[in-house]
Amino acid sequence: MLYREAGDFKTTYAADSQTFPIKFDRWRYWAVLAIAWLVIPFFINDYWANAILVPFLIYAIAAIGLNILTGYCGQVSLGTGGFMAVGAYSVYKLMTSFPDVSILIHVVLAGFITAAVGTAFGLPSLRIKGFYLAVATLAAQFFLVWLFNKVPWFYNYSASGQISAPERFVGSIAVTGAETAPWAQYMICLFFVTLCAVLARNLTRGSLGRQWMAIRDMDIAAEIIGVDPLKAKLTAFAVSSFFIGIAGALFFAVYLGAVEVGEAFGIQKSFLVLFMCIIGGLGSIFGSFAGAAFLVLLPVALKVLGVDVLGWPSSTVAHLQLVAVGGLIMFFLIKEPHGLAQLWRVAKEKLRMWPFPY
Amino acid sequence: MNMKTFATAALAGLLASGPALAELVLPDLSYRTGPYAANGTPFSDGYQDYLNLLNARDGGIGGEMIRIDECETAYNTEKGVECYEATKGDNSLIYQPLSTGITYQLIPKATADSIPMHTMGYGRTSAAAGETFPWVFNYPATYWDAASVAVNYLLSENGDDLSGKTIALIYHNSAYGKEPIRTLEALSEKHGFKLTQLPVDPPGQEQKSQWLQIRRERPDYVIMWGWGVQNQVAIQEAANVGYPMDQFIGNWWAGAEPDVLPAGMAADGYKSLNMNRIQDYPVLDEIRTQVIDAGNGAGDGSNVGQVLYVRGMYAAMLAAEAIAKAQELAGTSTVTPAQVRDGMEALEITNARMTELGMEGIGPEFSVSCQNHSGSGEGLVQQWNATDKVWVPLTDFIAPDKDVIDPLIAEDAAAYAAENGITPGCL
Repeated sequence: MLYREAGDFKTTYAADSQTFPIKFDRWRYWAVLAIAWLVIPFFINDYWANAILVPFLIYAIAAIGLNILTGYCGQVSLGTGGFMAVGAYSVYKLMTSFPDVSILIHVVLAGFITAAVGTAFGLPSLRIKGFYLAVATLAAQFFLVWLFNKVPWFYNYSASGQISAPERFVGSIAVTGAETAPWAQYMICLFFVTLCAVLARNLTRGSLGRQWMAIRDMDIAAEIIGVDPLKAKLTAFAVSSFFIGIAGALFFAVYLGAVEVGEAFGIQKSFLVLFMCIIGGLGSIFGSFAGAAFLVLLPVALKVLGVDVLGWPSSTVAHLQLVAVGGLIMFFLIKEPHGLAQLWRVAKEKLRMWPFPY
Repeated sequence: MNMKTFATAALAGLLASGPALAELVLPDLSYRTGPYAANGTPFSDGYQDYLNLLNARDGGIGGEMIRIDECETAYNTEKGVECYEATKGDNSLIYQPLSTGITYQLIPKATADSIPMHTMGYGRTSAAAGETFPWVFNYPATYWDAASVAVNYLLSENGDDLSGKTIALIYHNSAYGKEPIRTLEALSEKHGFKLTQLPVDPPGQEQKSQWLQIRRERPDYVIMWGWGVQNQVAIQEAANVGYPMDQFIGNWWAGAEPDVLPAGMAADGYKSLNMNRIQDYPVLDEIRTQVIDAGNGAGDGSNVGQVLYVRGMYAAMLAAEAIAKAQELAGTSTVTPAQVRDGMEALEITNARMTELGMEGIGPEFSVSCQNHSGSGEGLVQQWNATDKVWVPLTDFIAPDKDVIDPLIAEDAAAYAAENGITPGCL
């Protein structure tokens, strides 16, 4: 009954190639956007912003970025944490060096700086593949963290080596710093998420996305039919790092407000974002959102259930959480390698014929 | 309905009723998991057991029962922020995150929300400047006091002359470990010793290269700013390279039973600073009988009396004394976080009071004021006796070199005030 194509006639080429070809999908999409933009900001409080929605939105951007590289172009990367650090430190240096320029411009510029760094670290991908590339990106992760710890210029010579975001405004509304209202934090992240998701969705549908997927599916065949591997791989690294850089910038400036590189952008962050892609679904924008939501919500949900409802000791719940995440990753790798996005696709197929399946 | 129950209702589909309001809520941002659990667990046990003792013995503080809200942070800043947001709506009185990283995160948030923080001997040293950081307290001592106490101890060992000596600082490569560098650099200039810096990347299981460098350069003393698994590994590695234990001094976060026990007899003679004297206090017996034996202990009772347990208990005692002071000042037993802050700022801990509480000589005498949130800054040096498995206090409380520290604090606080547009002043 839902998600039916019947009766939804496409009379122009534009209508035929739109993002959501099914009418119900379009309605759902606009409904989600309307709730996110017009309803949630009026109800959000500190806890929901800081513990759930802001980290979810930021991790969603990072997961989209990694999904472009790993899910669409097939290049495994373990350098996500390092690239997020580049975004964070770029936006910090820009914020403190040019305090009069809008933070929105700084965040986008931080994305471009990260794109440049990502492209440089993407060069080895032209020679090496698979596990070996993963090791090369792992080197990027460790090198970047070491660099931001070692060179005091990056943290403006502060005694503790921490960077902390000064207060910045969009119009007259504070979006960074301690006085930021929860809805302002949420709105700036939502703005960038919407921008990034629309951009990513359209890039992956276009010729660039098809080149990436061709490289992913079989690089030699892609080269024979005329896909330039140099261009395809490096653009994937650049676009992916651009998104990850924006995520890192928001993570530091809007979400945490103060970070130290080893703790906030260590190897665990790279794995966390990779798990989001795997659990959410490789090669799917929706999967990036689903994976981010899942891994942000799971610990909070487990904590609320275990500590507040069942009254278990907090340490037991923390240990259980590790077990649950590990178990789920194994479960998804074995049972559903395409992740939550595939479950969603199957559900859509079922709903199409519901309530009269044949 | 508070935020956490709101989340409960939303996520679990359950309706939970709000807690009774006439309670003193003390959140405990603890960590009993991860690479820092060995150190986080006894501290949290001591903190909770003392508060439970007050509930059991005195009926809380000033007639109001205490409720402890425990939240697991795993020493991770993101989880720390989540814990803070989840608990702050419950009229939480004092935050003690036991993590310098989380402290840096919470200083602006707690200041904006008007909730006091007590970062006892950790956190941001310049929070001692109470006019710039009105909501943050780090009495009885700061990291820079610790660095100075360690150097003063070495001065007394060497006939007040350290010129030409080399001191290596092996530190947790984070905001925590980097804190003492500025003071040690100033002290090295003043006393003419050479300072070598050896960062260890957290969590610190891998320290081979740092200890090879120590073996090669043979510094006269090694000072360690470590935490969690880093301490155990460092002491083991020091034993492996044959570095003399009595020239190896940890700060007060690198000198507890879980740090030295894994190395066994090899750790014998290892020294560390402490802000508490370790001995048998009458209050520990009360905790054993009224809390642990009654089945209300936070842990199994095996770490009662250990270094970090005593420190957690000391932290709880300071919090309870500040709340009592706040009740006295406000003239009401149901105090708000802002009134507790005033109580903390008027806090005075005397030897007579510590004796009365059954913990004679547990810490230095000190008083807090609006200008000085860090207390006296005194610390003592203790040594590990691996045969009897006890920490033996070697010295009495040693005073730090305030001539060096005070200008540094003023400078750092002024920089913070300028960066964040704060006009220093008393509340």
